[in-house]
Amino acid sequence: MIDTRGLSCPMPVIMVQNVVRKDVPATLEVLSDAQVSVENITRFAHTQGYQVTVTPEGDDFKLTLTK
Amino acid sequence: MRENNWFREHGLILLTGVVVGIAALVLTTSGNPRNMGFCIACFERDIAGALGLHSADKVQYIRPEIIGIVLGALLAAVGAKEFRAKAGSSPACRFILGMFVMIGALVFLGCPLRMVIRLGGGDLTAVAGLVGFVAGILVGIVFLRKGFSLGRAYPVRQGEGLMLPGLMVVLLVLLLVFPGKLRFSEAGPGSMHAFWAISLAAGLIVGALAQRSRLCMAGGIRDAVMLRDFRLLSGFLAIWVTVTIGNLILGNYNLCAVSQPIAHSQYLWSALGMALAGWGSVLLGGCPLRQLILAGEGNGDSAVTVLGMIIGAAVSHNFGLAGAADSVVDGVYKVGGIGTAGMAAVIFGFVVLLVITVTHLPGKEHAS
Repeated sequence: MIDTRGLSCPMPVIMVQNVVRKDVPATLEVLSDAQVSVENITRFAHTQGYQVTVTPEGDDFKLTLTK
Repeated sequence: MRENNWFREHGLILLTGVVVGIAALVLTTSGNPRNMGFCIACFERDIAGALGLHSADKVQYIRPEIIGIVLGALLAAVGAKEFRAKAGSSPACRFILGMFVMIGALVFLGCPLRMVIRLGGGDLTAVAGLVGFVAGILVGIVFLRKGFSLGRAYPVRQGEGLMLPGLMVVLLVLLLVFPGKLRFSEAGPGSMHAFWAISLAAGLIVGALAQRSRLCMAGGIRDAVMLRDFRLLSGFLAIWVTVTIGNLILGNYNLCAVSQPIAHSQYLWSALGMALAGWGSVLLGGCPLRQLILAGEGNGDSAVTVLGMIIGAAVSHNFGLAGAADSVVDGVYKVGGIGTAGMAAVIFGFVVLLVITVTHLPGKEHAS
């Protein structure tokens, strides 16, 4: 699980980018507290061939990226 | 299907760019200085002057555009259930970064948004600013790739997130009810402004749309380079195209590298000033406009950044760091620009940014 909560743009999507490019995981879970990060990560994930499911968790969001 | 996806992803940001461009043209036609429909740096500088934080008597006015942008972002964020009060991500560093972003912008004579508006008026002196701005962003990207971060912000009480919007309401009350307590320019750019309700309405619309679309001048170039994501950049370009077309229609387009309104032709220092603003904006996570939007969304760190920019404007004018526009004196064209103090401030700014950058790279943490 990558925890991007509280980080300024573009750190959340960079953290995801680093993991995706290094390990190419089949699934990846990301925790976010900002809608803008959810949008940015989703857009990046789509360019890498991932499907993205967003689940609210209290005030946060859990993104599940799957190939 | 792909076309639908493209339109869904780019439609709002393009609309925002077009509306910002039209609003800038309307404000200029209604009384704002030429090529200054919007300028976050200049307008915060004018607010600093109106509050007596500096005594440059030609740049003093409470600009309702700034008030509108913050309150528009607040309303849009509340409406979309995106208002989140949070703070705690290196606020002191953000204050200092805000100061130097402002100092750099005032050396150039405009924030990144006004840079685009100047380009849309045919002002070729702004090309130097654009070159510097891109260079500054590229420097920031190098350090982002090395892991630079100002750290996490954490949820805080709602009141923290409402501090800057509250301050904006106070400024509006001062402007409308107690104008005698403020300083207003009688000549110069500060004396040129649209009727307050037009300025406020333009700010509210732009603030709301920029909150929904995430418009950011620095973010556009940053995301295009780092992520090959051109969404934000398309908003940047939409402003440029809209202002260009509007100025051509209105007969205000003047493609030239001299005699531009509130601009100077000291190209090197225009570039270096905007390089400072670009690098600082990347470290802050967004340009001066984006900081206003984030502050409206409840981000206390961005509120501190905005306050840092206002103090930076006061410092710029109190210490003679800001650029002076080119002018014609007794029929002779006089090149403006900055003096030795301004040059020293820009160089010192690069040193400060480098120190903040290096001390926030991975492996430099002490507290955690």
